[in-house]
Amino acid sequence: MPVFWILAIVLVLGAAGYVLGRARALSSAGDDYRSLHSLPSYYGWNAFILTVVPALLVLAAWMLIAPIVIDGMVSGLVDEGMQEGSNLSLLMSDVRRLAAGLDSAVSSGALSASEASGLVADNALAGRLMGLGISLGSSVTETTLAAAQRYRGLAAASQVWMAVVVIALAAGGLLLGLRRINPSFRARNAVETGLLALLILASSIAILTTLGIVLSMLFETINFFRQYPASEFFFSTTWSPDFRGNSELGILPLLWGTLYISLIALLVAVPVGLFAAIYLSEYAGPKMRAVAKPLIEVLAGIPTIVYGLFALITVGPALRDYFAQPLGLGNSSSSVMTAGLVMGIMLIPFVSSLSDDIINAVPQSMRDGSLGLGATPSETIRSVIIPAALPGIVGAVLLAASRAIGETMIVVLGAGAAAARLNEGLTEAINPFEAMTTVTVKIVSQLTGDTDFASPETLVAFALGLTLFVITLALNVLALYIVRKYREQYE
Amino acid sequence: MNDMRPLERIVDTDNVKIAAKNVQVYYGDTHAIKDVDVDILANTVTAFIGPSGCGKSTFLRCINRMNDTIDIARIEGNILLDGEDIYDKRVDPVQLRARVGMVFQKPNPFPKSIYDNVAYGPKIHGLARNKAELDEIVEKALRRGAIWDEVKDRLHASGTGLSGGQQQRLCIARAVATEPEVLLMDEPCSALDPIATAQVEELIDELKETYSVVIVTHSMQQAARVSQKTAFFHLGNLVEYGDTGDIFNTPQDQRTESYITGRIG
Repeated sequence: MPVFWILAIVLVLGAAGYVLGRARALSSAGDDYRSLHSLPSYYGWNAFILTVVPALLVLAAWMLIAPIVIDGMVSGLVDEGMQEGSNLSLLMSDVRRLAAGLDSAVSSGALSASEASGLVADNALAGRLMGLGISLGSSVTETTLAAAQRYRGLAAASQVWMAVVVIALAAGGLLLGLRRINPSFRARNAVETGLLALLILASSIAILTTLGIVLSMLFETINFFRQYPASEFFFSTTWSPDFRGNSELGILPLLWGTLYISLIALLVAVPVGLFAAIYLSEYAGPKMRAVAKPLIEVLAGIPTIVYGLFALITVGPALRDYFAQPLGLGNSSSSVMTAGLVMGIMLIPFVSSLSDDIINAVPQSMRDGSLGLGATPSETIRSVIIPAALPGIVGAVLLAASRAIGETMIVVLGAGAAAARLNEGLTEAINPFEAMTTVTVKIVSQLTGDTDFASPETLVAFALGLTLFVITLALNVLALYIVRKYREQYE
Repeated sequence: MNDMRPLERIVDTDNVKIAAKNVQVYYGDTHAIKDVDVDILANTVTAFIGPSGCGKSTFLRCINRMNDTIDIARIEGNILLDGEDIYDKRVDPVQLRARVGMVFQKPNPFPKSIYDNVAYGPKIHGLARNKAELDEIVEKALRRGAIWDEVKDRLHASGTGLSGGQQQRLCIARAVATEPEVLLMDEPCSALDPIATAQVEELIDELKETYSVVIVTHSMQQAARVSQKTAFFHLGNLVEYGDTGDIFNTPQDQRTESYITGRIG
């Protein structure tokens, strides 16, 4: 039975639980439904939750675990008959593909169910399967076919049992929910507990996902460091990957590019964004505010690739023609300055919009107190409003910094894809009109194309990603510390 | 200070500090203050009483042009401080507010240390030449605010960590530190308990030696206890203004009498 139908049945049972639970609560209360502990609908919802939630949890768990169990059972079979030199995981994927192919052939009517289970592994079979649209990595052996047949059998049984168990559980939950209903049953509190569990589930999904991302990066990174020395990765000043071997994979040039471009972006975005926020929240009239604020926020809605185009065709050439060449600083239209400036513009709305909200949240009484002492508006902002809003403003800047560090498109189009050359002297390294690139751009370029996922040139992407993650995490921790230490808390 | 016999107290001086003539205030289309004429004397505590929404706080905020910060407020008429029109174009509202200090209804210490709260005004107005002078000004202001003894050992603790009554006295000390000539107080005791209220009232009585104090209050007992002059506002009009004793004992206007005896408001 397809999962869709199982879901539908469970939900129908749940709906029945709601209706019956509500009706039962009303009838158990007799004439006066005010004698119920909770409103009648709470009894209905309680029955609904008891019916649906355990059944769906089991359904989800079953769908996650069953393939693993079946794989384990079938791989024993494949393992025994495996020929010398072949790979178990490749054979297993053949088995799964064959099983899926046979299933689709049966469902589309190309094979009858008995024909499918009666296939014999001979030379004609591969051709016949090909005719049915099933392509396999290697020839179909007796073992593969037997394993695939077993796989199909187990999967079908699993489907049936899953349907039976889930629907039985839903029905059981429904009965239990209905039996528990009496006027003194605290259905309202039970529903409250259910909602609490839902909220906890939502937040733990977010946390667990982060954990999962870190772990997956961590394992690949460990793989990388098995093949490439960590000291080279962290301290080498050259980045020259070569897929034929002998790569130099030093992170320093990329890290320098990332930090340099981010720094320029923040130097643009923080003052402009903060001043815009101060103007909008403290000086602008309501009409000006109503127009200007959405206009600034439009900037946040522009895709970064469009900013990248702007950098490529407008800002880059202009900087080259009017600054870099006259000053003798370079001939490239791709430069750190181009990417930094454009990225800074992209970040303005992040800083301004958040800061604006935070400044508005500072109580009016603070402003009155300061103005009442004869301070000018700007003195008030500098000495009272900004300190009071500081934690939030730091948060806004940090968000902007994280965006800057993670930005890829603007860098590719604005600053190029060549790593910084740290070995050619200090002036080369700090010249803002040199082309440079960032960690994120290199992660993309190492993973795109026809790559072997076992070579250090590819795996370095994970090490780069993890390093970036650690850096942004450290930035966050540092900012939290600063905020805790210097915050001026108002009520 | 719990003297409930206002009649026997006399007004010490006849120097007019603030003279308001024919003042009108509009909030958008609302005519909030109508034809108010009042002379506020130096070294006197003047109480503004009246039911909520009668315009007494609005009028108070006109005296140091705090209404300028409200976009829709519009003021007509003249308010003279020492004979000079404070709404004249040549007057800088920022300078004016340094001369006319204000204490608000809810204590609003800045989220800074106690010391920095008090030093804020002197710093922006350049009243101290060096750290020692600033220390002196802060100590003097905190003593005038009758809070020195409670905070002298923790001047660098946050001002927001104090109790409500201490916060309000800190705000008074903060206002006093800029050495204003007039001190406006907008219901300074409404958020305080009786003990803190008594402390603040005692303080107000001492402050009148140096300043002209204007206090808005909802408590008629408080008006009777601390003030020498009382103004009764009703629906935006100044109904009656005179010596506190006269207003409370022999009100001329029917509305004043009704309010004081608790029939309206």
